[in-house]
Amino acid sequence: MRLQAAGVKLGYGDRVIVDGLDLGIEAGTVTTIIGPNGCGKSTLLRALGRLLKPQGGEVLLDGKRIDRIPTREVAKILGVLPQAPSAPEGLTVADLVARGRHPHQTWYRQWSSDDEGAVAAALDMTGLADLAERPLDELSGGQRQRAWISMALAQGTDLLLLDEPTTFLDLAHQVEVLELVRHLHQEAGRTVVMVLHDLNLAARYADRLVAMRSGRVIASGAPHEVLTEELLREVFELDAKVIADPVAGTPLVVPIGTLSRG
Amino acid sequence: MTALPLRVGVASWRVRLRGVALTLTGLVLLALLMALNMRIGDIAMTLSEVVTGTFDAGSAAHFVIMELRLPRALTGALVGAALALSGALIQSIARNPLASPEILGVTTGASVTVVAGLVAGGGVYGGVSGLLATLGVPALALLGGLLGAAVVYGLAWRRGLDGYRLVLVGIGVAAVFTNVKFWLLTVGDVNDTSRAMVWISGSLNGRGWEHVAPTALALAVLVPLTLLGTRSLDALRFGDDTVTALGVRVNPARALLILAAVLLAAVATASAGPIAFVALASPQIALRIVGSGRPPLLCSAIVGAVLTTGADLIARTAFSPIELPVGIVTAVLGAPYLIHLIWRSRK
Repeated sequence: MRLQAAGVKLGYGDRVIVDGLDLGIEAGTVTTIIGPNGCGKSTLLRALGRLLKPQGGEVLLDGKRIDRIPTREVAKILGVLPQAPSAPEGLTVADLVARGRHPHQTWYRQWSSDDEGAVAAALDMTGLADLAERPLDELSGGQRQRAWISMALAQGTDLLLLDEPTTFLDLAHQVEVLELVRHLHQEAGRTVVMVLHDLNLAARYADRLVAMRSGRVIASGAPHEVLTEELLREVFELDAKVIADPVAGTPLVVPIGTLSRG
Repeated sequence: MTALPLRVGVASWRVRLRGVALTLTGLVLLALLMALNMRIGDIAMTLSEVVTGTFDAGSAAHFVIMELRLPRALTGALVGAALALSGALIQSIARNPLASPEILGVTTGASVTVVAGLVAGGGVYGGVSGLLATLGVPALALLGGLLGAAVVYGLAWRRGLDGYRLVLVGIGVAAVFTNVKFWLLTVGDVNDTSRAMVWISGSLNGRGWEHVAPTALALAVLVPLTLLGTRSLDALRFGDDTVTALGVRVNPARALLILAAVLLAAVATASAGPIAFVALASPQIALRIVGSGRPPLLCSAIVGAVLTTGADLIARTAFSPIELPVGIVTAVLGAPYLIHLIWRSRK
């Protein structure tokens, strides 16, 4: 188990969002967390990436409590791409990706050949080598998202947490980003945990789905086990048919309508 | 922007050529201004007279150079560097080019305590000139500056520190302090308040080695510490979640850098009063010359030293025999620059 949440209680101030949740992430898998807005999926991902300190319970990274490992050491093992990250104005793609080397650098070792190599490799893998000198704000949404993923890759971690990496992207760019994630997983055996909104894409690109509602895990397992008509009613209050995706064979959700509420 | 890798053994850096060029040019300019400052004054001297005066304790010029002009010019350079470095730190942390030590409550806090000290302690004519003027005022300024910063920091803190919140709280607190200062000036004795007016304009008049030493000491400690924090400063330009993901402890890193900025500004203000615009303008000038993403620290400090030394040369000589407070010159030069900055950011 690479990453584990054990009885975590999560929230902001007095507002508790997740209480007593358990979740384990196996090495070398792509896990996608789904659930309606406000169900606590992003909150859970932030806790797994030690961006949010649990009010109770613990998060374990490779069996050790993540808050007891120096944050810099964590950054060498675990990369996190927060939701809608913001970069300083005018920053170039190369500068952004180079920032990913931060945990490996010290005041006297600021730009080693390792750093240079890792940045070049990360730019290559995300297909951004030609855009390296362009300012980030001049890129399309899909390119920008790839640049952020590239930064996380330059960090050189084999564990990646991505919070809604496809938000605000059109369908083609969503697929582009998810293909990259699949590639990272298949080529380098990286362990990936994502939060996604699109159920059909989630089913297609994940080994394992985790469905959450109101701060609890309702179901978890292979996409065809989790994404059932019954679960959609329970978790999303959605009346839908689930058929086989004609391209990938994974479950495909065809909505009928919302369940009458009240 | 050209940044060349520089690698020596296991050590490696990225060097910006324009940063190196600005540093070298700035140092040459600073040396020239210092030399001019030694030569020009009530007693004009040639360069050889300056050299003799510096090294020959028996010469007529020795007192003028070593006790009057050199310590004053050095205080100016050191104070300018400290203010500019403080400004560069705050502008980077607040992600706002209009941020400066004023919004941290340092200069306005110092103004309140110093004016209060001068007004309250100056009731007896001449009674303030001795101890209060030399030791008391810098100590009061330091105390006021640190207290002012503590108030701003305390009010701005809410489960972490947000740049915009810091700027807004800082502007509010500065307004309150400024009005307390004006109230004190209104109720104070006219002789005390005129002394206070000189101080709150920022002046290098009569600054001696007793001002050089503490400022130099503070810079000797704080500059290396600040440069060590440069990498955290680069990371802190991103959102808090990204910074944490990169392995930086956001709140301690930010608090330490703000503390360094506060100390630099407080020490500078204690030595020369709140000299206007140096902290605001120097980092932005250095930023535009070097073309980096945020104000470069060392270059900002050098620009600050050059600006302040140059401004004091004007303040000392432009309306001779009347010496202006250097803060008036920096304000006259800085105000149009500020307008220019705002004009540019409108586009």
